[in-house]
Amino acid sequence: MIEKKFSKKHEWVAIEGEIATVGITKHATEMLGDIVFVELPEVGKSLEKESQAAVVESTKAASDVFSPISGEITEGNKSIVDAPESVNLDPEGASWFFKIKIKDKSELDSLMSKAEYDKFVAENPS
Amino acid sequence: MEVEKTALYNYHKNLGAKFVPFAGYEMPIQYSEGIVKEHISTRTFAGFFDVSHMGQFFLEGDGTLEKALEKIIPADLSSLKINQSKYSFLLNENGGIIDDLIITRTEKGFCIILNAACKNNDIKKILKHLEPEHKYKLNNSLALIALQGPKSVNILENLFPGVSKLRFMNGNNFKFNGAKVYVTRSGYTGEDGFEISIPNNKVENLVKIFLNHKVKPIGLGARDTLRLEAGLCLYGHDLNEEINPIEADLKWAISKKRIKDGGFNGWIEIQKNIENGSSKIRIGILPEGKIIAREGTKIFSAEDKEIGKITSGTFGPSINAPIAMGYINSEFSKIGSKIKLEVRGKKYNAKISQLPFYKKSYVK
Repeated sequence: MIEKKFSKKHEWVAIEGEIATVGITKHATEMLGDIVFVELPEVGKSLEKESQAAVVESTKAASDVFSPISGEITEGNKSIVDAPESVNLDPEGASWFFKIKIKDKSELDSLMSKAEYDKFVAENPS
Repeated sequence: MEVEKTALYNYHKNLGAKFVPFAGYEMPIQYSEGIVKEHISTRTFAGFFDVSHMGQFFLEGDGTLEKALEKIIPADLSSLKINQSKYSFLLNENGGIIDDLIITRTEKGFCIILNAACKNNDIKKILKHLEPEHKYKLNNSLALIALQGPKSVNILENLFPGVSKLRFMNGNNFKFNGAKVYVTRSGYTGEDGFEISIPNNKVENLVKIFLNHKVKPIGLGARDTLRLEAGLCLYGHDLNEEINPIEADLKWAISKKRIKDGGFNGWIEIQKNIENGSSKIRIGILPEGKIIAREGTKIFSAEDKEIGKITSGTFGPSINAPIAMGYINSEFSKIGSKIKLEVRGKKYNAKISQLPFYKKSYVK
């Protein structure tokens, strides 16, 4: 089974061996509203944990998406650039943002489980 | 400062509104379905907006009142008939826009609808020009509801027989649950629609009827996307005291008679701008692709010269593309010209567009 972890900045990370897939949570999309623009990091770009990785814009405002872990970008999900509204429909499935080659697996320990994230959201309402 | 709430605050809450602070009020930015759905349902059916935060300022007086107001408002008030409204401005000495407003002649004088963020300052400025015998009141016991969209007229005609005969920017008194209400055919969305001034204690009953007709509540978010598609200015963003009506491309809102005769704040400056052209001008902008250029985005010419700034920018749900408005050096303002927009340090192609982006369907 693919392990899924969550950040306090409302990103999810699905870990498959050396590669992690990153997206934003359903809760994040509910806070953002209708998503109308997505900008992804370039393939090959090295990112530090919690650095700005992507941009997502709703009808209201622009928001940064951060990389929950350090590593090198291996792929971006072009389909969400072409159809940003798809992020609202399936944020934790088909509408992932990017894949990143994990630099330091120990960074994953600081992320939350699904149960911990749900509790975090409940305790920190927007 | 204490945050104010409109009479419908709790009602909005029950309808699933998300609130934001706006001009000192807690106002709904959107409801559960979100901005895009609210926008589309206004364009295709009808939506209602609580705009009770706006100032409803009533003035009473004889002919001297008209003369007093004409010193700071460049509308031709002498030609304004009872129940007729005009879009106009409060101007400072340089012709800069202190606020944009709707002024209506009433039986005893005038009613001016003022922007929420400006209303207290506006009233101070207006009072300086009044005579002691002129009476005035900012009526906070009235709510203001806009019903906008193609089905508005059918829905409202059932409630207020005769409203369908009103022409754009004309109004009349009607009765609702025993109370006097005032309805004008006007709005801020580019759609046919009405604005209803109604006592606070009756407003909930009115919106219940709208909801029963499947009219959706619409928040500030969709109000912004609707007005921007319609090419309409938002005070504090597209208009301010540093901008005059000619620069704002709103010359149409000043009658020829007033431009010729003058006698209002900023007349000389405005005349100069009409004769020689203004150095900057408000334009519409269509970015290429999906990039959204928000307020403050720098505008560059094709040759990379900085030529202006965006004052409003968002995604237009009805045209399914990003749209913006801004001010640029007039020499670069030709419609269709290619420009560049700097977003997050990168330059993106765009072109100057006609306004509105979305064709209006007002009933004349």
